[in-house]
Amino acid sequence: MASNQSFAQNIVESGQRAAARSNTSAGTETRAATFRIWRGMGASGQLKDYSTSVSEGMVVLDAIHQIQAEGATDLAVRWNCKAGKCGSCSAEINGMPRLLCMTRLSELDLEKPVTVEPMRAFPPVKDLVTDVSSNFRAKKRIRKFTPRPPDAPDGTWRMAQSDADRVQEFRKCIECFLCQDVCHVLRDHQLHEQFVGPRLLVHAAQLEMHPLDILDRTDELKESHGIGYCNITKCCTKVCPEHITITDNAIIPLKERVVDKHYDPIAKLVRLMRGSKSTDTGQGEAQ
Amino acid sequence: MAEYQRHEHDVLVIGAGGAGLRAAIESAHSGASVGLICKSLLGKAHTVMAEGGIAAALANVDDRDNWKVHFADTMRGGQYLNNWRMAEIHAKEAPDRVNELEALGAVFDRTADGRILQRNFGGHKYPRLAHVGDRTGLEIIRTLQDHAVHQPIDVHMECTIVSLLKDGNRISGALGYDRERGRFKLFEAKAVVLATGGIGRAFSVTSNSWEYTGDGQALAYNAGAALQDMEFVQFHPTGMVWPPSVRGILVTEGVRGEGGILVNKEGRRFMFDDIPENYRGQTADNEEEGWRYTQGDKNARRPPELLTRDHVARAIMKEVREGRGSPHGGVFLDISWISSKLSNAEEHIKKKLPSMYHQFKQLADIDITKEPMEVGPTTHYVMGGIRVDGDTQMSSVPGLFAAGEVGAGLHGANRLGGNSLSDLVVFGMRAGKYAAEFAARQSSAKVDTQQADAIVRVALEPFDRAGGGEGPYQVEHDLQTMMQALVGIVRREDEMRRALEALKTLKERARKVSVTGNREYNPGWHTALDLQNLLTVSEIVARAALERKESRGGHFRDDFPEKDPSYGKFNIVIRRGANGEMQVTREPIPEMREDLKKIVEENK
Repeated sequence: MASNQSFAQNIVESGQRAAARSNTSAGTETRAATFRIWRGMGASGQLKDYSTSVSEGMVVLDAIHQIQAEGATDLAVRWNCKAGKCGSCSAEINGMPRLLCMTRLSELDLEKPVTVEPMRAFPPVKDLVTDVSSNFRAKKRIRKFTPRPPDAPDGTWRMAQSDADRVQEFRKCIECFLCQDVCHVLRDHQLHEQFVGPRLLVHAAQLEMHPLDILDRTDELKESHGIGYCNITKCCTKVCPEHITITDNAIIPLKERVVDKHYDPIAKLVRLMRGSKSTDTGQGEAQ
Repeated sequence: MAEYQRHEHDVLVIGAGGAGLRAAIESAHSGASVGLICKSLLGKAHTVMAEGGIAAALANVDDRDNWKVHFADTMRGGQYLNNWRMAEIHAKEAPDRVNELEALGAVFDRTADGRILQRNFGGHKYPRLAHVGDRTGLEIIRTLQDHAVHQPIDVHMECTIVSLLKDGNRISGALGYDRERGRFKLFEAKAVVLATGGIGRAFSVTSNSWEYTGDGQALAYNAGAALQDMEFVQFHPTGMVWPPSVRGILVTEGVRGEGGILVNKEGRRFMFDDIPENYRGQTADNEEEGWRYTQGDKNARRPPELLTRDHVARAIMKEVREGRGSPHGGVFLDISWISSKLSNAEEHIKKKLPSMYHQFKQLADIDITKEPMEVGPTTHYVMGGIRVDGDTQMSSVPGLFAAGEVGAGLHGANRLGGNSLSDLVVFGMRAGKYAAEFAARQSSAKVDTQQADAIVRVALEPFDRAGGGEGPYQVEHDLQTMMQALVGIVRREDEMRRALEALKTLKERARKVSVTGNREYNPGWHTALDLQNLLTVSEIVARAALERKESRGGHFRDDFPEKDPSYGKFNIVIRRGANGEMQVTREPIPEMREDLKKIVEENK
């Protein structure tokens, strides 16, 4: 019991050290800070300065809420869980695509105004809210999960954890669309209808690599989802709040599948010799 | 007459979390035309926050598990106020609903032989929660969402319903507005499924987001439906307490399921101090046994940290109130200690609890693989809600159905962790099925536009007072602070009477709030409208809590600290009287079927 006691004492001491540290590092002392927030309807608008009293333990979303409550009652912002799990409060903070709820003020230089703008890749609606409906439309165009017949007589499947791990990385996605925001194909070239973008390629990857799924979506990735537009600048990976290795683990393997199928000279020769169309491999199995 | 965008559906599902999505899918599958209303964007509902897992007696990890044990656990956890028929259906159907999620693409963590892995959770006798690390809710909502978008379901995103519409006695539709443009939408429907979730925003410390303003409970109440068990609010024992801006954010019970322990500032593992009588036989009496349980030893009993949430929350409150709390008013929750048991503890914690690791690292500067967390109770869930038929989920208003948190019955006085996600899919499916059947039997309902016009006029009043009154945020804030203090985790008659007085004043203030700007995406206006629902449900909670003069489950009365068996025989039911007054009645719980009684006895 004596050893138990000292063991628990260690926990308390460690906890008290952490609590004491966070009295400073979590920052509860208040100070004034300025937030330079985009206010506007549709495409027209301007940055407007709001001064409010903050502590460094707050996140940017807290400051926005405080500014709302202190008078800017109609300041539009999307948010839900306030814990980095729902992906609603995406915006650009000092020019960086971030979640408002996971950006602590202690990370920012409060000597200067903190700029908060909507995601610029999407059509603006009002203030920090943008029209992200293109992402929802794009998902409808990707064919849905289609499993192989169950493995067991009771209608269930078997899969190894290692196979699950691979797609679980992609299924962590919270659909914050920050990767879409930073993708130059969407942001600079506005090719929302031609290119589904990194988020939806992650979605396609989890379907293509899903241990149970039997469809082959390679053709549509090339033809209608525009995977060729991605030139692997990896900006999407850098901004992902869930740390999904979007480019290396999702997009590049999909690109390889497309290349293998459509540009592999040996495969092409084989297909020609067998007289089959370039689109039927894999698909046949799936039907 | 006001201008409306009109939509017509056989079934209108209000709310697009797990229950709403599952209902919509089922209704569409039955051939009904379906409208699905999301208060936020699709896929953002509170289901994404569920961490620990979904309870179902799959018996993949412990073959002694079956629906009967799950049923008995749920009834014991709910202190026998549950609608036993719902508890039975839930325990029987949850395994099918979980397997069905896999068939729709969900990827759960696996056992060594490739089946769905299950973990331990508070109040569940055997490892029962299918899970995906600590983001099970996200997995489930995304699976349902990705399936639903390929079904014939009209999704109305960022749309809030302000009133249900009736044609005589039966439901005929709903009136709402779209957030983006502030235009009113008139939905005609033969059946309506409410799946709007909870009421967490009635309190100041909560794990719930802005959406959970009791909309469904208030809509149903205003439409004449009965609510029950509204005194039972679950305060989850472990929310973050520091720094202040994150107070209330959930810390999953999975931390304790993986071996996390609760310690007060004196270094005492206080959960061993008070183990309730009805759980004594199932609870470890030493630390070693508790640890073995979390590591899957079938002969070990669960550690007291995994007692039911109501009990753990009160035990933490007691430590804090008696001066043994952590520096910021909570207690310590430690998972890092398992490094003395497991060589790869750091990796193990990051794999099993990835979101907790990031949440504490990012928001509190705490590395949970090395340091304990500070935690305290947070408003999490309401066991009560719309009173429904156990089989069909229809409320006392014909054509009005409810599923998920907004419904009542399954959980009784206290909900077991993991029984919420299963509730969503089991009863979401049933509500969708029976709503579609109901709709198929009906001729078109008539929507009364005069009724709608009157609602629109009231909804726009805050603009008419532009600049002339106080803003809605201060009233909302004062309501939350008042409810937390007077109708919170520890309740007393005098305080709740004061709460009812305070509610009168707050209602007056809410009637006069003004908002500025225009109708387009105006959160001030939205808050002013949500506030009405919050006030309604707050009063319902307070009145129900006053009526229950005992302590049971999530309801703790300082002036009646003991459980009173006579209060175990009825549910407290609230409905709107003919003159708009709140009527509180006691409705006897039907006698449990003999076979179910036997199951309860056998699992005592």
